[in-house]
Amino acid sequence: MTNKLITPNPSRRAVLGGMAAGGALLATGLAPRFAQAQSSAPIKLGFQLHRTGIGASYGRWYERTATAALNVLNEAGGINGRPVEIVFEDDGTDPKRGAEVVEKLTSQAGCDLIFGTLFSHVVMGSAPRAGELKVPYLVCSEGHHVASGVLNRWTLQPGITDVKSQVQSMAPWVTTNLGKKVTMVFPDYAFGHDHRDFFTAAVAAQGGEVIKHIAIPPTETSFTRYFPQIPSDTEVLYHVMVGPAVLTFVKELGEFYGTGARPEIFGFIDSLEAVNIASPGLEFLEGTHFWEGHPRYKQADASEAEGFYRAAIGVDDTGASVSDPADVATYAHMFSAWETLFTVKVAMEAAGYQSTADRQKVVEAMEAMTDFAEGNDHPQGPKVFNGKTHQAFGLQSISKVEGGKLMRVHQTAMEDGFYPDEVDYTSMSF
Amino acid sequence: MDFGPFLLLALMEGLVTAAVLALTASGLSLAFGIMRVVNVAHGAFFMLGAVLAWFVSQWVPGPAALSFAAALVICPLIVGGIAALADTVVLKRLNYEPEATIVATIGLLYILEQAALSFFGPDARPVPAPLNFRIQLPWFGYSGYKLMVVVGAALVLLAVWLILRHTKAGLVMRATQIDRDTARAFGINVDRVYAGVFAMGAGLAAIAAVLIVPIQQAHYLMGGDPLLLSFIVVIIGGLGSLRGTLVAALLIGLSDGVISTFFAPTLAKIIATLVVALVLVFRPQGLFGTRAA
Repeated sequence: MTNKLITPNPSRRAVLGGMAAGGALLATGLAPRFAQAQSSAPIKLGFQLHRTGIGASYGRWYERTATAALNVLNEAGGINGRPVEIVFEDDGTDPKRGAEVVEKLTSQAGCDLIFGTLFSHVVMGSAPRAGELKVPYLVCSEGHHVASGVLNRWTLQPGITDVKSQVQSMAPWVTTNLGKKVTMVFPDYAFGHDHRDFFTAAVAAQGGEVIKHIAIPPTETSFTRYFPQIPSDTEVLYHVMVGPAVLTFVKELGEFYGTGARPEIFGFIDSLEAVNIASPGLEFLEGTHFWEGHPRYKQADASEAEGFYRAAIGVDDTGASVSDPADVATYAHMFSAWETLFTVKVAMEAAGYQSTADRQKVVEAMEAMTDFAEGNDHPQGPKVFNGKTHQAFGLQSISKVEGGKLMRVHQTAMEDGFYPDEVDYTSMSF
Repeated sequence: MDFGPFLLLALMEGLVTAAVLALTASGLSLAFGIMRVVNVAHGAFFMLGAVLAWFVSQWVPGPAALSFAAALVICPLIVGGIAALADTVVLKRLNYEPEATIVATIGLLYILEQAALSFFGPDARPVPAPLNFRIQLPWFGYSGYKLMVVVGAALVLLAVWLILRHTKAGLVMRATQIDRDTARAFGINVDRVYAGVFAMGAGLAAIAAVLIVPIQQAHYLMGGDPLLLSFIVVIIGGLGSLRGTLVAALLIGLSDGVISTFFAPTLAKIIATLVVALVLVFRPQGLFGTRAA
């Protein structure tokens, strides 16, 4: 009926019929009319974005990635045949503001669900509010807080592996190839504590030992003063740092060791996200190793989907923007925004999603998922999803800096990252 | 690492902190000593200096040393100009009433921070150091540029001291500090002195920022720490006393270096803040300040 109303030359009969139907709809009140229009109204997804604050470089690229994924999604017909919109809202990388953003996206913008949050302290601050508002909250934060069971049934992490799984799957390679006596440098909050707890345990399980933990406040701007705490018998220095000062961190690390003897260095690429590895002062990184969620430099054996994904966002083969080589992507993490969007599509279609009344069905549909195949929807690689713990598991890469480029030297197997369930969210009430 | 090299590194780090802190705090101290204005926007002026240094490094072609030298001249001038404008347009109209100026400078802080966010963006951006050499000691390497920062800061502070002690401008400033009304009676244009002093204070913060930015990167939120530390230094040293500011900056900078290297940086901040509380209780005028009449 509505289709006929918008044909260019409606017949008199069609117009009269349409008016009668319209009148009938108006007469029966707002609700049925809305239900009728629902089938073609856009689905609105809220994106909690770190546009400003300490997560800004991630936010810039998450917005680009999500926008590119959205275009791909809409060109392929959207979700259930309905077009999709993303409402981006800045949270200032601030937990307090994060909860307000969840509220605003849900209550004011009327979003069907919310996704995209990276920084774990913002997730911790926002997830309870999402639970209260009963809105699906899909995070991209790597934190173990989802699978550990401290959050709620409405919070899921379908787009990226958590830290516990990441470090557990890589620890054997590190202790076998680099050394068994490890010193860890990490940010002093939830995300860093996940690294501290799980890598320490994983190294111990391999017969190695973490001999020193060095926690650094996340707002720190100067790091040299922490380095003397690194014991001289350290064989492997494990570093993971976040925030605007990451370049300073690696530079000062280079200055500190200089040309003298140094331990093997294994870092999380977080310490270097959005930073050009060819920056002056970073030459010492040659020969060191990094974890990468997704290799920044396009590898020789890269899949077709990998090329499609880079082209869609506008990232070149070195991981920088095609329009500005100085604008380096947060490449190892941002695939999670892309992949999460496509899991939303599958879940909403499986749930027969119509309106916000069906939010619970989306969560249930997601909990029923088991795995995602590698492809344009999942360019980082295949994933296994655990519906009970709400956590996805994928493959991790270890790269070595060779000739100023990150070259993958090891990829973990899926099973390396599995651990026993710590929670069963499906047994919790909504 | 052995105790000796450990201490050496701690002292070197402390010296860099002290040098930059002395510059920043002396700007704050100057504005308070002469104008009795508690400038909460001082950290924002610091940040502005660093952000402008990034713009200069983008616009000035040639080697990093050249653009750095240009930044060292241009940034304090622009920041000083903005400060003088803020003084004339805002602070003067409030008759420098203490409560009103505090609120006004808080507003100024937000305006400057948001302006930096709008025009510079939310990212931290590196500014190349003018020289890139490293001192390789037997136990650890150290940035040669950091030592240059100490020398540079000392030279600027010496210049400030010479200006205050041995030039007519300095004489006029000191006269205004001692008695504003009498100075005016002697034909001193107090309004211009105030604008000049406020500009000079902001300019000192900007110089400190230009010196530190190759180490730390420019970021729109970088003004918080320098502001807090400057207040600590100025309160311990005695508000308005340049000598006290220098001594306190050395004290806080070196103890910060040693405590944060041997224990934890957070502990260093806790102790510094505790010292401030003790000074306020037992010697409210500060170590070198004179008791208010």
